[in-house]
Amino acid sequence: MREIKEGRGSPHGGVFLDIAWIKEKIADAAAHIQRKLPSMYHQFKQLADIDITQEPMEVGPTTHYAMGGIRVDADTQMSNVPGLFAAGECAAGINGANRLGGNSLSDIIVFGKRAGEFAAKYVKEHGAGQVNNDQIDEAVRRSLEPFERGATKGGGAEGPYQVQAELQEMMQDLVGIVRTEDEMQRALDGLGKLWERTRKVAVYGHREYNPGWHTAIDLHNLMTVSEAITRSAIERKESRGAHFREDYENKDAAFGKVNTVVSKAADGSMQVRREPIPVMPEHLKQVIEEMK
Amino acid sequence: MNTATFSIFRGDSNGGKFEDYTTEVSEGMVVLDAVHGIQSAQANDLACRWNCKAGKCGSCSAEINGMPKLMCMTRLNSLPLDKPVTIEPIKAFPHVRDLVTDVSWNFAAKMKIKKFKPRPPDAPDGSWRMAQGDIDRVQEYRKCIECFLCQDVCHVLREHNKHDEFIGPRLLVYTAALEMHPLDTEDRLQDLKNAHGIGYCNITKCCTKVCPEDITITDNAIIPLKERVVDEFYDPLKRLLRLLRPKPKPENDHV
Repeated sequence: MREIKEGRGSPHGGVFLDIAWIKEKIADAAAHIQRKLPSMYHQFKQLADIDITQEPMEVGPTTHYAMGGIRVDADTQMSNVPGLFAAGECAAGINGANRLGGNSLSDIIVFGKRAGEFAAKYVKEHGAGQVNNDQIDEAVRRSLEPFERGATKGGGAEGPYQVQAELQEMMQDLVGIVRTEDEMQRALDGLGKLWERTRKVAVYGHREYNPGWHTAIDLHNLMTVSEAITRSAIERKESRGAHFREDYENKDAAFGKVNTVVSKAADGSMQVRREPIPVMPEHLKQVIEEMK
Repeated sequence: MNTATFSIFRGDSNGGKFEDYTTEVSEGMVVLDAVHGIQSAQANDLACRWNCKAGKCGSCSAEINGMPKLMCMTRLNSLPLDKPVTIEPIKAFPHVRDLVTDVSWNFAAKMKIKKFKPRPPDAPDGSWRMAQGDIDRVQEYRKCIECFLCQDVCHVLREHNKHDEFIGPRLLVYTAALEMHPLDTEDRLQDLKNAHGIGYCNITKCCTKVCPEDITITDNAIIPLKERVVDEFYDPLKRLLRLLRPKPKPENDHV
């Protein structure tokens, strides 16, 4: 990313990745590449007319995985909302600062099963909870609001897609691969302005399979997650795993002992605090010892 | 920047019509990019299903200029842009809205196919031994991304609506993967002949032509299954032998 920022990127703002060099090392290299990377070979050939067995490909970084997420109990996968369970990428936990290839699949299989089992157990023990009809009415009102803001095809109020696109671009530019305090503070200012627009987006059409409406609802979640990522990244003044700070290039042992926790304050704002990482239970320590 | 016009089907189960949208196009774009551009700027409520944008999830199936294709893998430079590009939903399943159809029949039909039933493990540790040559054959069937373009183009489903009697090319590929798996011991030939209606396929090979994963559906999956069904139920010599020997040994080894 820094190479690209300094003007040494490829024509489309990426870098070149060359795997064709392997033909100097092994016989039948083209067949080897096609066998090892069949999808990548097929996609580059079909979408860009590039034969990756012969020529370099242009690549650029994108979002890979959210290492943070909903805070859950490590055994039951229950969040701090009783009866609400989360597993997989939306849950924070097992991947630490960088998820490695293949670990997401094992995560969802193991912790998805556990979440399901504990959810079933929870329901058996607690029965159906009390439903607060006022809260439901409020949620319905809020989700239908975008229809009432006077949007029409080709006019009226702003739609959700422009806000989403600008959010995407800003987060990629200012809270992307290489991060600095200054840029992330600018992102917070930008998020403030985008929050204003998010609360005003308008949609048209009806409620059946309406992607504009879905995006208007999702936008609140995208904004919340973007703000939590930005505030947490500012708080973590070190580089660790996928979090790289140009102004703090090294790991800091003190940060290695804490998690960053984001919660909603009484006034609705986001509060960021550090909490010590939970102590590993004895039986898990033993497993790690045995693996060594 | 150049522009192009896309004639997109808008409507739901009560009917609909094509509407024209003109949008900017640039080098390297695929049909799905254009649809997204139109959706974000001109038609926020345009319904289309998509996910990976890389030809691997099988969600964005549509009919582009009348041909069943994945929108994410169809480059604009492969289409004539001097006239409107038509985009409409696939036809073999119930229409929901705009470019979205309800493909859930495929999953229900799949549930009726007998599951993988491996022979007992070869080794005490619960593992099996297979020859690479035996497993290579089924790899082709497993490339399927379940885009259901083959189902869409199959006239048995599309024109004759035989959804209750015929499982269609996708699910015949799935059955072939199970039947030809070196560890499988299940017998699906009776089902193929009756419940799954393999006889309806008259090998026009339309399914093979539209497969975005280049699976040779007709030649490598359907025809071998047809041959097994014929061997089992229509071989005159076998019939004669059966008459002479009323209780033949059940034949399970089809490999």
